[in-house]
Amino acid sequence: MRGAFANTLTELAGRDPRILLLTGDLGYMALEPFAEQFPERFFNVGVAEQNMVGLATGLAEAGFIPFVYSIVSFAVLRPYEFIRNGPIQHQLQVRIVGVGGGMEYGSNGLSHYGLEDVAVLRTQPGITILAPADHQQTRAALLASWDLPGPIYYRLGKDDKTTVAGLDGRFELGKLQRIGDGADLLLIAMGNIASEASAALQALAARGVACSLAIVAHVSPAPIDELVGLLAVFPAALAIESHYAVGGLGSLVAEVIAERNLRCRLVRCGVHSLPDGVTGSQRYLYQRHGLSTDGLVATALATLQEVQ
Amino acid sequence: MRCSPKEIRRIILKQSKRAHVGHIGSALSIADIIAVLYADTLRVPNPEDPERDRFVLSKGHAALALYAALFLSGWLDEEQLDTYCGDGSLLGVHPEHALRGVDFASGSLGHGMSLAAGAALAARLQRSPRRAFALLSDAECNCGPVWEAVMFAAHHKLSNLIAIVDLNGQQALGYTQQVLSLEPMAARWSAFGWDVHEVDGHDLPELRETFARLDTTSGPPHVLIARTVFGKGVSYMQSQIKWHYWPMSDAEYQQALNEVEAAP
Repeated sequence: MRGAFANTLTELAGRDPRILLLTGDLGYMALEPFAEQFPERFFNVGVAEQNMVGLATGLAEAGFIPFVYSIVSFAVLRPYEFIRNGPIQHQLQVRIVGVGGGMEYGSNGLSHYGLEDVAVLRTQPGITILAPADHQQTRAALLASWDLPGPIYYRLGKDDKTTVAGLDGRFELGKLQRIGDGADLLLIAMGNIASEASAALQALAARGVACSLAIVAHVSPAPIDELVGLLAVFPAALAIESHYAVGGLGSLVAEVIAERNLRCRLVRCGVHSLPDGVTGSQRYLYQRHGLSTDGLVATALATLQEVQ
Repeated sequence: MRCSPKEIRRIILKQSKRAHVGHIGSALSIADIIAVLYADTLRVPNPEDPERDRFVLSKGHAALALYAALFLSGWLDEEQLDTYCGDGSLLGVHPEHALRGVDFASGSLGHGMSLAAGAALAARLQRSPRRAFALLSDAECNCGPVWEAVMFAAHHKLSNLIAIVDLNGQQALGYTQQVLSLEPMAARWSAFGWDVHEVDGHDLPELRETFARLDTTSGPPHVLIARTVFGKGVSYMQSQIKWHYWPMSDAEYQQALNEVEAAP
């Protein structure tokens, strides 16, 4: 996804001289296409993310569209107040690009995980949050959004190979993307864990359980009406995210269900406990937190038993 | 009316008394610097001009001095000025960007230096002669992000970036030397690669001349380490910690006003 992002951004920068790219000394083997083609518009600001966001705010006030790039936790959490008091408060076209949403930096440990980025940014009115599901959707989302007014947060993964079956790179601002038309159970996924949700959809189909998968890449402002339309007709839904269970997609869906008085049973499939220091690959960590394909299938079957 | 230190101090006293709020000493401390910036230094034909110099009042709690300058520059009318700290006002304790003439909102110390560095970098990229100014408090230099921006500006030789440090030696709860020592302030900026000017922050000609002779077309960024007196112009406030937050009584207001009027 970060490769798709960097390549697409490089294309866009060829068309619009307002685009700048700032990095907090990260992006090895990812940002080179931009840096090589537009060296005068590329700034490695060093390990100084607060300043990076402050600089971007000053640049955007003068008419630039600066993209600031780092690992999710350093792009969002370290400079969070600078994002709030800068691009959000001033409604400027700063783009925060976080790579490694969820637990993609597996063995690097909690410092490198992005487990609450959506939660903390979703509380802020005035910032668009986009969390594409795969590299094809990353490209489509960037092409559709890069010059929107106000700030944007892009939550990306590193994987430039895996695709979500049936998504085919679809993206539309303010909309969710539906995959499948099963009516037994609704799966809702945000970000690169959508590939696990997609695999679960297929595994459940093989067991005779017909599900639909809703990809919520445009997380904020949320596609509320579409969510209501879906949640109103399914007996149960799994919200699937590589994010703490509080504040992210699961909370968003819970808000919709509660406020619209819907009868859908919701299970939040996310990270429910503080990572205990045990690290490993993303695959291993998904298993540990019940977010692997098998774990999602088991949760789906148990949920269906409950509601039937 | 001229954007003079005396007028700025009158407005600071009048408005803080009317609104019964504090931060008076912090605003008085920068009255002379603000006067020189707005009367003689900043190139701002009007606040909408995209080629105007940018100014960040990074020590946002001294906003009343800025409001006074905006009023005296003709960008804010008296009726609006009189809403200071009232319900529905754009003139809060800290500057809001929605107010005409405020380039960047502030209030969170440690933020403004990087905003100004970004504004200076933008001017360079756009090949514009405009400059970016940031007025910081000395205690604000406790904040790490100030030094992130200071390093960036020196590395990129942002000669069109001018910082002013209001070195009044005080912060909310004590004297800076007791809270977290900042000395040697000038040597610190110098060590980071800045062009450093130690000035008397109440000496108008010195301030004017120092700003005027900065080379903003090449070389390192510039900082004026401006030695000031907290509460300058009002004897009982000068160097007194309580006047960071304290509002004035009627008698205190009268005395303050008398002293400001009597000053040359």
